[in-house]
Amino acid sequence: MTWLVPLPVVMPLFGAALTLLLVGRARAQRWVSITVLAATVAVAALLLVRSTLDGPLVVEVGGWVAPLGIVLVADQLAALMLVVSAAVTLCVLVYSIGQGMADGNEETPLSVYHPTYLVLTAGVCNAFLSGDLFNLYVGFEILLVASYVLLTLGSTENRIRAGTTYVVVSLLSSLIFLVAIGLIYAATGTLNLAQLVDRLDALPDDLRLVLQGMLLLAFGIKAAVFPLSAWLPDSYPTAPAPVTAVFAGLLTKVGVYAIIRTETLLFPGGRTADLLLVIAALTMVVGILGAVAQSDIKRLLSFTLVSHIGYMLFGVGLTTALGLSAAIFYVVHHITIQTTLFLAAGLVERRGGSTALDRLGGLARLSPVLAVLFFVPALNLAGIPPFSGFLGKVGLVQAGVSDGGVLAWALVAGGLLTSLLTLYAIARVWNLAFWRAPHPDMPEPGDGVRSARTDGAEQPHDDAAPSGAALPRLMTASTAALVVLGLGLTVVAGPLFDISTDAADDLLRRAPYVEAVFPGGTP
Amino acid sequence: MSPNLVYVVVVGVLFAAGVTLLLERSLTRVLMGVILLGNGANLLLLTGGRAGGPPIVGTTAEGEMADPLPQAMVLTAIVITLGMTAFLLALAYRSWHLNGHDEVQDDVEDRRIMELADRDEGPGTADPETTDRTPAAVAHDDRPVAAGGSGRTR
Repeated sequence: MTWLVPLPVVMPLFGAALTLLLVGRARAQRWVSITVLAATVAVAALLLVRSTLDGPLVVEVGGWVAPLGIVLVADQLAALMLVVSAAVTLCVLVYSIGQGMADGNEETPLSVYHPTYLVLTAGVCNAFLSGDLFNLYVGFEILLVASYVLLTLGSTENRIRAGTTYVVVSLLSSLIFLVAIGLIYAATGTLNLAQLVDRLDALPDDLRLVLQGMLLLAFGIKAAVFPLSAWLPDSYPTAPAPVTAVFAGLLTKVGVYAIIRTETLLFPGGRTADLLLVIAALTMVVGILGAVAQSDIKRLLSFTLVSHIGYMLFGVGLTTALGLSAAIFYVVHHITIQTTLFLAAGLVERRGGSTALDRLGGLARLSPVLAVLFFVPALNLAGIPPFSGFLGKVGLVQAGVSDGGVLAWALVAGGLLTSLLTLYAIARVWNLAFWRAPHPDMPEPGDGVRSARTDGAEQPHDDAAPSGAALPRLMTASTAALVVLGLGLTVVAGPLFDISTDAADDLLRRAPYVEAVFPGGTP
Repeated sequence: MSPNLVYVVVVGVLFAAGVTLLLERSLTRVLMGVILLGNGANLLLLTGGRAGGPPIVGTTAEGEMADPLPQAMVLTAIVITLGMTAFLLALAYRSWHLNGHDEVQDDVEDRRIMELADRDEGPGTADPETTDRTPAAVAHDDRPVAAGGSGRTR
């Protein structure tokens, strides 16, 4: 079954090449990318099953033996992340196809959208699967390059402005990562994660701390952890709705995944655990305070995204099996929910002509379907029982309480405060955009195009999308599918927690990973 | 082989110069900074492995072989830096095309929120005067003369 492992990387790359050949034939492009992503979901699900039953699956790419060649490792954590991210990317693709069809831009310059999107998927999958640090770097670069293109699609003024910040910050984090790789190689003579386990343990403590700090810094920027998060709310909201959604769901989570992987496998023992906990608290509280201050739905959601990264770090920083498994569960939950909310925000922008809270109103009456599509994931994000957000937060609180330290208690308090403030921020959106009387500027259904845009310059996020039109069916359907997927997480919460507990156990024991890569013992 | 001191000093200088340029507002200078930083990082990668003869069995004694892995990694990193440079150049050109300069601008919403905070008002107050005053007006205040590529220095 190990031949399955490289497929999530290879298939999207081939799909990207194929869609690039099919530029100008929009229908064929759409079918290729949908088929490829559907196949990726299937392969990822198979990988999850196999890795749960048989332990980590390892492939030595090109037949080169492990410490020299590149290895791809699909353990439970990687497979779980693959399944969720592939499912979410598929839904977002369907949404963007719906948007493209509704806008009638079949032949527009956006024909590079499909290839780039598939390259992004390949990069994300590669980052999850890679078994050595340099391959992880390459995976990051693949997904980042694709994300630069997607973020500046159409190259309007706003997107260029936002894209510049994003590109420069991402480049800086990549360079820090590369320098860390260079130092780690110089110190240990290997980059294979499994081999690093032993060799890093043999290094002097202060040197290990420097290396760990550099990796944390690089991944912290990518994951938008508090002091390093300022770039995110400035860059994400300007992109087209599907792009923002897939970025919000996946890109920061790849950073979180890298933090989980390196902290548990390479630097166990929690020497930076306290630091992680403090950062987690700051990320949660400062992020959500930023969200409360926003008057634009997309920016508000971007701030909640930053804030909820803190929950995941909280679980990682506890360095207990319970904390780690709760963090993994929370990552899965948050990928789904945050993506859904951004898609719903895209629908709001379509229906209401804007995402600025002071220009919206009465959406609940105008479009009850949209109201449901926003309301359910919003409550899920805030952690209202019985949704998966509640279950994830309960897991984290439990882990914090059973840890019992002063910092852990402070974090439990911070976490509860954050979910209350999330509820407040979400309720504000609900009240202003959905419940109050319709704004005079609001377009009526079928009210013609761009009527709300009296002055185009005032709109920071002009998408050139027709506003006030009835919601395209395909877009609504894919958002609804993600809402259902989010609700499904509640239904399968039990098995999902079992999987994440298993994955957390394997991560903390380290041995399963190393033995899978080197069955005959570490060279 | 222990690392050559010259390498270490050069890497340090490249990093220092790169970071300094990265902190500039002009995108072209940022690009230069990225290139310098990239070269510094590549050189650092290279010093991580052992120097020596070509690592081919039969041409070099095993004890004198160079470590080929950092060189392979540097090759990959160079290609990636090349791609990034091209993209940043395109971005800088597009920015110059749109604005007449290539400076990295502040976020419009950030400026708006700062203004609101200055006047001690919360967000979401649907006061028409507030909304009139916001992004467009602020952006216009700060927008440089956009005509024909005449840049503006801050």
